[in-house]
Amino acid sequence: MRLSQTLGKSLWTFLFNSGSCNGCEIEMVAAVTPRYDVERFGLKLVGSPRHADLLLITGPVTRKMAPRLKLVYEQMPDPKIVVCVGVCGISGGTFYDSYNLAGPVDQIIPVDVYVPGCPPRPEAIIHGVVTALAKLEQAEKVS
Amino acid sequence: MNIGNLIMVVVGTGAMALFGIVAGLFYMGIDRVLVARMQARIGPPLRQPFIDMAKLMTKQNIVPANAIPWLFNAAPLVALASSISIMLYIPLGSFAPIFRGYGDLILIVYLLVIPALAMVVGGLASGSPYATIGAQREMVTMISYELPLATTIIAFAWKYAQLGLDNPFSLATVAATPIWSQVGPLGFVGCLLLLVTMILVTPGELGKIPFDTPEAETELAGGLLVEYSGRNLALFYLSLGVKAIVLTAVVVALFFPYNLSSYLAMSALPARLVDGAFFLVKIFVIMFFSVSLIRIAMARFRITQVVDVYWKYLGALSLVGLILVMVDSFIR
Repeated sequence: MRLSQTLGKSLWTFLFNSGSCNGCEIEMVAAVTPRYDVERFGLKLVGSPRHADLLLITGPVTRKMAPRLKLVYEQMPDPKIVVCVGVCGISGGTFYDSYNLAGPVDQIIPVDVYVPGCPPRPEAIIHGVVTALAKLEQAEKVS
Repeated sequence: MNIGNLIMVVVGTGAMALFGIVAGLFYMGIDRVLVARMQARIGPPLRQPFIDMAKLMTKQNIVPANAIPWLFNAAPLVALASSISIMLYIPLGSFAPIFRGYGDLILIVYLLVIPALAMVVGGLASGSPYATIGAQREMVTMISYELPLATTIIAFAWKYAQLGLDNPFSLATVAATPIWSQVGPLGFVGCLLLLVTMILVTPGELGKIPFDTPEAETELAGGLLVEYSGRNLALFYLSLGVKAIVLTAVVVALFFPYNLSSYLAMSALPARLVDGAFFLVKIFVIMFFSVSLIRIAMARFRITQVVDVYWKYLGALSLVGLILVMVDSFIR
């Protein structure tokens, strides 16, 4: 699907916790507080994946959450962006050898940008989202 | 009806639709900026709702496998079309309504139900349990706010019927003879109570906090609208924007039908422009007190509390208002 000019100015975001310790959530909520205020850029939190353009995933994927994560990803309308927040989603983090892990996020669904940190700072999350947009634009130009 | 009238109505309807959509989105933007400023944030640009709509139009439009496709796709269109059709019966500034002489207050109360019903139908047709719960809650909310709304309209209809004017129920009559000039001190208090009622009914009709139980993002994941995406979602947002203009225009027409041009000596065209601008300001004031200010100050009610607030408290408030207006005209 073609990327529209307005997508970057109106990113509706769906937060997905696939088994995180809630540390990354606190930092993401900090990004919508007055100090960082991502609504300046038109970013809005929505309650349904059907409304979302951007999927922010935190935590390693547990066995129970793996099919749900796939379902939520498939429910999002195109064009969609996936950003994996926190080191757990990248490698499993402290939970890397846990018995109940289905694996890092990119073994379940495709990920556009990884934001490392435990937890990453709000600036890092915002930077990750901007990088994902730039990457999509790049892909659009190449194709 | 001859051809000239027909063309007038068609062109006027198009103009009204355009005005309703643009103004609706514009006031949505103002609301978002004001709310952000009240939270010590900078907030989105004023044209953010326009950008959102443009983006939603380019997104994929998913029809879920469980949904009934024709009903699912028709509901947003019906919602938008019915919101726009109410605009044809409401005076804007010193512009008389397009269907002047046809509709009255009672008709508007009935028409106001249609956009909400379209949302309910769309929610039930989308085949998601969240949307079904949202639709049921929307029905309960509708039943709740109808009582204070109907009582307010009855108070107006009764008062104007009492005055012995022709067409007592029409909005044009209400606009020509403001309610405040027809009542004594007791009736004045009664009208104030009715005004408070209408201001609190508005967020319920629009599904704004604290009456947004049917949408309830945190528990119902968007409720009624949970399965909607892309163009259909955009149409629902547009219809909500138009409905906001319609409702505030009704409040303005009922309680503040004053125009600036009657106080200033002006020729026809500037007078219309000044009245139009003044009308937009009046809408802004109503919108600020009934949507932005309440939305920022409160959390969401549970559905039982919504019924309580509308039936017990606002129902009582509007009945007291009605009784005061009646007593006032009996003792005068």
